[in-house]
Amino acid sequence: MSPSGGPDANVPQAIAGPSGFLDDRLGAGNFLKRNLRKVFPDHWSFLLGEIALYSFIILLLTGTFLTFFFKPSMEHVIYDGAYEPLKGVGMSAAYASSLEISFDVRGGLLMRQMHHWAALLFVAGMMVHMLRVFFTGAYRKPRELNWLIGVLLLTLALAEGLTGYSLPDDLLSGAGLRITEGVAISLPLVGTWITFFLFGGEYPGEDVISRFYSLHILLIPGILLALISAHMILMWVQKHTQMPGKGRTNNNVVGAPFYPAFMAKAGAYFMFTFGVIALLGTFAQINPIWIFGPYTPADISAGSQPDFYMGFLEGALRLMPSWEINFLGFTLPMSVLIPALVPMGIIMTGLAVYPFAERWITGDNREHHVVDRPRNNPHRTSIGISAITFYGVLWLLGANDEISWVFKVSLNWTTYIGRVLIFVAPVIAYIVTYRICLGLQRKDAAIIGHGVESGVIKRLPHGEYIEVHVPPSADIEAHMRGKEPVPVLTGADTEPGGIPPKGMRGPIGKLKARMSTAYGGEKIPLDDGHHDGHHDGHGDEHAAVGAGGDDKSITR
Amino acid sequence: MTDNKHDIEQPEERVPRRVIGTPAPAASTSLLGPDETPGELSVAGVDLQDEKTAKKGEKLAALCFTITFLAGIAFVVSYVVFQVGDLESTQTSTLALGGSLTLALLALASGLVVWVRMVMPKYKLIQERHAMASDRETRSYVGETFLQGAAESGITKRPLLRRTLLAAAAPLGLAPLVLLRDLGPSYTNFDEKLRHTVWGEKTKEGKPRRLVVEGSGAPIRAADFNSPGGILSVVPEGYEHDLNALAKATLILIKFRPDEIKSGTNVNWTHDGIVAYSKICTHVGCPAALYEQTTHHILCPCHQSTFDAADGAKVIFGPAARPLPQLPIAVDDEGYLVATADFAVPVGPSFWERGDAEAEVIEKGGQS
Repeated sequence: MSPSGGPDANVPQAIAGPSGFLDDRLGAGNFLKRNLRKVFPDHWSFLLGEIALYSFIILLLTGTFLTFFFKPSMEHVIYDGAYEPLKGVGMSAAYASSLEISFDVRGGLLMRQMHHWAALLFVAGMMVHMLRVFFTGAYRKPRELNWLIGVLLLTLALAEGLTGYSLPDDLLSGAGLRITEGVAISLPLVGTWITFFLFGGEYPGEDVISRFYSLHILLIPGILLALISAHMILMWVQKHTQMPGKGRTNNNVVGAPFYPAFMAKAGAYFMFTFGVIALLGTFAQINPIWIFGPYTPADISAGSQPDFYMGFLEGALRLMPSWEINFLGFTLPMSVLIPALVPMGIIMTGLAVYPFAERWITGDNREHHVVDRPRNNPHRTSIGISAITFYGVLWLLGANDEISWVFKVSLNWTTYIGRVLIFVAPVIAYIVTYRICLGLQRKDAAIIGHGVESGVIKRLPHGEYIEVHVPPSADIEAHMRGKEPVPVLTGADTEPGGIPPKGMRGPIGKLKARMSTAYGGEKIPLDDGHHDGHHDGHGDEHAAVGAGGDDKSITR
Repeated sequence: MTDNKHDIEQPEERVPRRVIGTPAPAASTSLLGPDETPGELSVAGVDLQDEKTAKKGEKLAALCFTITFLAGIAFVVSYVVFQVGDLESTQTSTLALGGSLTLALLALASGLVVWVRMVMPKYKLIQERHAMASDRETRSYVGETFLQGAAESGITKRPLLRRTLLAAAAPLGLAPLVLLRDLGPSYTNFDEKLRHTVWGEKTKEGKPRRLVVEGSGAPIRAADFNSPGGILSVVPEGYEHDLNALAKATLILIKFRPDEIKSGTNVNWTHDGIVAYSKICTHVGCPAALYEQTTHHILCPCHQSTFDAADGAKVIFGPAARPLPQLPIAVDDEGYLVATADFAVPVGPSFWERGDAEAEVIEKGGQS
């Protein structure tokens, strides 16, 4: 029961002592026994989420520093700090203390800029991580819950960014706040209530900065921290997914052990993230609030842009044609409501329900630990690219004044084109992506079937020249052979006139069956390339591929 | 960690046969168990670096760590040496602090990567996965235990207990919501507040309120504001720094030649070709601050709603659905511009209770 006195192996006393002490009290040995050598699979794309994780830690560190100096108050003060041009100007205490952080605190500007850059990297990291998970199908059973936590994290990160963006109370952040108010007040029935309660009266009031402050530094980060911990624990318990490859199956995990290799790699990656953020915070100026001046609702500077993650909402607002409905003395400002709610609603709801919708359509209830290559589920990939295009058009249009300025095109035409593109571009993206996926699948089938071009030209006895093909390396072949057909509901492909199984008889059931056959199935079988019958062996026999006159591998 | 590096590594280097992950040390410690997953202990997945690479990696990593050490010192020195204050000194300080911090962090990261890639073995360990679901027996045991516990607690058998507990929780759950009431103001006639601006109030002396230039606060003599195409950003006298008032009452004042004014503009509310519109965009409330003289277009820089200033500021492009409200103005006995009344319709973004205020005004025989 008690191995007091520490382990007897060659573990140095300096380590054995304290660890023995802890184990006697916590029984941590059992946990470590299971987890010290926990295997983590390797792939560059698995690092994307880590960027977000480490950025969050850096946000906590730099943010804590900023709170030591920031005064979340809208009290009117006359600036008397180090920055000459604003001396004697009336402003809020929040803005004055933001200037103080920038000019009177050593390293304050660095911390402010690092905090802002880390925030951008946090959201960007989450987005690319989410795209990785989506396109490889890593959200599938058993990881749907972690996917939902991720969607929640992204939503909260946007709220966290919005509240933080407003705190310095400079002219630019005030413009963002004003738009937030204009959107909130447009909500039917509750709009005026929400805004008057948020601002403690009429806009801008004197409460919103301190309220956003407590949301920004306590409530939202608290929830983020809890959800991130849950996200990590689930990842740990469920073990990370892996890419298809040699020796990797759905029942194992192949990679490096947590201790010491993964631990060191993660530490290095944290330091890289930290270093890059420090680099950006040092050399890439961001949000120079002293140039903007204090907030007043009477002024704005042209070319005001939100942080990148709010750009799609900004673009949606710009894109929308004017439309307002008046009835029975009430007003529905559709030109605000639609852009504020619909794109966000489509994207977030779409993300949240996708794993469940896919399971419903494919009837696939198995656990998946080996992820898909994006090409191998062409409809999913096309839907994803289509959504990215939708988001991207909105995002670009959020900067249409800059586009019009830089490229010297008519501002109004950027909007007109955007109004068309927002519907057309996702469709085109879908079709193009689908074709590209099938093309890539064909390429894989060709490599499996014919091998790779070796660059060796061979002259046959009868004078014909061929290029010798060699089989792909075992790793690559295993990677490709990891492909499996997208599942289809059993019975969904019942012939017309046949009796469809239960659950596929009503209108919804028929739709489900039709979607299932369209979404699933094997589009391009991997071994298609073999049917030309010129070779039935393997190894060296592959070299003879192309002996037939019709083979494509003959060099030109 | 770095201090112990040599202590830990040296024995391994002398006894190359022993590999991290071999059962020998694990079996006899309390922390490293031997028997959890046999796969991971196989030497097969652990491919040791050859000593030459490891040696090179050791030197390279040590160099990186030394750079971090020096850059860390440079950071502290920079903090002491470089003071902040004006733009330039702040820039220097930021460059010194940020530069040394960046160097320290990136060198540390590089050192760790070199360590992992050149000194540590290459791993291809295999661990088994197990289905997430518990087995059937466990599930039924948990299910039974749950029901048994519920029965033991009496919550299923004694409805009185259950119902009173629910009843007890309800008001307690409401309490936090009740507490949120005072986030808002004491009044609830929000739309009344939104319908009025300070332009409707007379000054303390009972006179109509003057228009003053934003920034300087100077009143505007109509006779002086006489070059057509001129534009001013205007705020109400006495409220020059009241942000709540400015959020609704800020104006854009434009001087036209009389023949330029079109039918949309209420000429009774102008004075000698001077027209005053609300500067607060009717879309989401940004100040519509840009003006193009030749076309008379007012443009909101946020979402590019464009209004025709000569024609009652009606919307000609963009998402705004309503014209910028026009303020009735005149001159007082000293020749300064004043507001003769409040806006006829609410300014700024639309809200639920607003209704079609413009139509109501027209119904009453006016012109919005």
